[in-house]
Amino acid sequence: MEIIQLIVGGIASGCIYGLVALGFVLIYKATEGVNFAQGDMMMLGAFIALGLVNSEYGALAFIPGVILAAAIMGGVGYGVDRFVVRKIFGQPQFALVILTIAMGFVFRFVAGAIWGFTPLVLETPFAGKVFDVGGLIIGYEDVTTIIVTALLTMGLWAFFQFTKLGLAAQAASQNQMAAYIVGVPVHRVNSMIWALSGAVSTIAGVLYASKGAIDPNIGLLGMKAFAAAVIGGFGSLPGALLGGILIGVIEPLAARYLPGGFSQMSPYIIMLVVLVTRPNGLFAQIYAKKV
Amino acid sequence: MKVIFKTSYDNDIDLHEDGWARGKIALLLAVMALLPFVVGEYYLAEVTNTLIWALAGMGLMLLVGHTGQASLGHAAFLAIGAYTDAALMNIGVPWLISFPLAGIAAGVFGAIVAIPAVRMSGIYLAIATLALFVIVEEVIIIAEPITGGVGGIFAPSIDIFGIDFDRYSNLDNFYWLCLVVVALVTWGYANLMRSPTGRSFLAVRDSEVSARALGINVTRTRSLAFGLSCAMTGLAGSLMGHYIAFFNYELFSIFISINLLLVVTIGGLGFIQGAFFGAILISAVPQVISILRDTLKSSAGIDLSMPGLDTLIFSIILVTFIIYEPNGLYGRWLKIRAWFQLFPLARRDMFRRQKTYVKTERMK
Repeated sequence: MEIIQLIVGGIASGCIYGLVALGFVLIYKATEGVNFAQGDMMMLGAFIALGLVNSEYGALAFIPGVILAAAIMGGVGYGVDRFVVRKIFGQPQFALVILTIAMGFVFRFVAGAIWGFTPLVLETPFAGKVFDVGGLIIGYEDVTTIIVTALLTMGLWAFFQFTKLGLAAQAASQNQMAAYIVGVPVHRVNSMIWALSGAVSTIAGVLYASKGAIDPNIGLLGMKAFAAAVIGGFGSLPGALLGGILIGVIEPLAARYLPGGFSQMSPYIIMLVVLVTRPNGLFAQIYAKKV
Repeated sequence: MKVIFKTSYDNDIDLHEDGWARGKIALLLAVMALLPFVVGEYYLAEVTNTLIWALAGMGLMLLVGHTGQASLGHAAFLAIGAYTDAALMNIGVPWLISFPLAGIAAGVFGAIVAIPAVRMSGIYLAIATLALFVIVEEVIIIAEPITGGVGGIFAPSIDIFGIDFDRYSNLDNFYWLCLVVVALVTWGYANLMRSPTGRSFLAVRDSEVSARALGINVTRTRSLAFGLSCAMTGLAGSLMGHYIAFFNYELFSIFISINLLLVVTIGGLGFIQGAFFGAILISAVPQVISILRDTLKSSAGIDLSMPGLDTLIFSIILVTFIIYEPNGLYGRWLKIRAWFQLFPLARRDMFRRQKTYVKTERMK
């Protein structure tokens, strides 16, 4: 029973890693860049939601508050791409890596300056409520997390598969110049994807906040989400989710059954093993060029 | 513009263009060597710190600037160097042996890690090194008998043939020691870059496909670069351990890795001088901030003691440099120098960047 309990909790926290990883993958799929500030965008999203929903700040109802927060973060994502990332358009990936690391610090400073560095709790309608299924205790927030994640992943997958914008984004990433030539407005598509990624990270942040207190340093969770994205193979949406769940499940199991310290290392050890055996992740997207 | 009259083919790869360039380096070294007689204890300690950062920065520069591989976990190699050196000295190994061993340990570890890592491209490598950093940090905490765990470890003072090089009681000696180490490593690095090995690093950076076509073993070259880079960083870590004297795993945080990236990017990727420029900047900026903060507080009564302000300013500097001057401080200096050398013939668009497109990494 205990092990099932651990696995269910693991899947729920894994979904959050997966959601943050989805944010990375979105941007990678569309712009071939990796946003190292994704964890901090999640943190900022959670704080904006907190600022809108909590009774001492905005005191909005929960659902409209979260939607508004996602919209604001979408704007932030769009703005980051429009005014910062677009300036280094076409430069090597490494430049973007450093740029986004720096952006992450800026976000952290902004959140710290507004909301302070003491942990705060987001007021959610499902706090403290649990399902009891034959002795198995499952929190409302865990169920919500799993359902929302599943819906979002399917929605995003459909977005890339069936919509015009999604196809344009894929085209832009596979060959930027060719996409220009066939009339894809690459700049604007990139900005829109950044906005989408900001909104997704807000949802992830809210779900994370529903499980406990948040402070401006929770953005470091982004590193675990990286591991998730890498395990899945950057560029694959279901892969990212699967990687997240894998990490989420293994972490509590390692904490329970292995000596101390392994639980913190386990996501990265799995990731290194995957990278060594399959350098491009489980769902590879890199192919050797045929000459 | 001075034209060099070349009398032998070797002139093309000479370390210094002419006697004047050689003289400038000699002058710089002389000034640096005489520094302890001129400046006070506090500033000398800062200069020592800058030298150590420059050494670590050179390590990362070889990797990022000259071989085109990203590493976000170089603090791990600093830590390996520092702990190896301190642990060996604590069991009685003299510094002259433990110091090179620290470099070798970091280098060998780096090279072993590199063998799987170099198969990965750009972004995967960056993330793998980040993961490696987290693992090394946890291992340091677990391996308490060697590393002192959370409590930390004491780096004994250096003693060579009876001369004391302690950082606190004999700062002048410690400074000269660092200066000698940094000068030797820089000399070796500069010579490496004009050897076939160094040239193959550049070839791999610029185009892997053409490097392979020219008969360079790309995997071997990249692992070698990784190992050498880690060895240099390990040496810096060992000196940093002695500089701090008592440290635990928290000294080598993720911010150190990011600061190192800052050193190489702001300094100027692909220039050895860049590592020094970057190191000067990152050790000077916190000082300037604290001086500014004190003056503002005493004169205008504005309190700027916000947590994270330093990192914010660093981040803004970094963003500004990446957007407006990707070649860093040294690149800017080269442009200014060219302007003066060509005066009055310099044209406005001489250094204009061409429009570029991202080449996908999914098709290698």
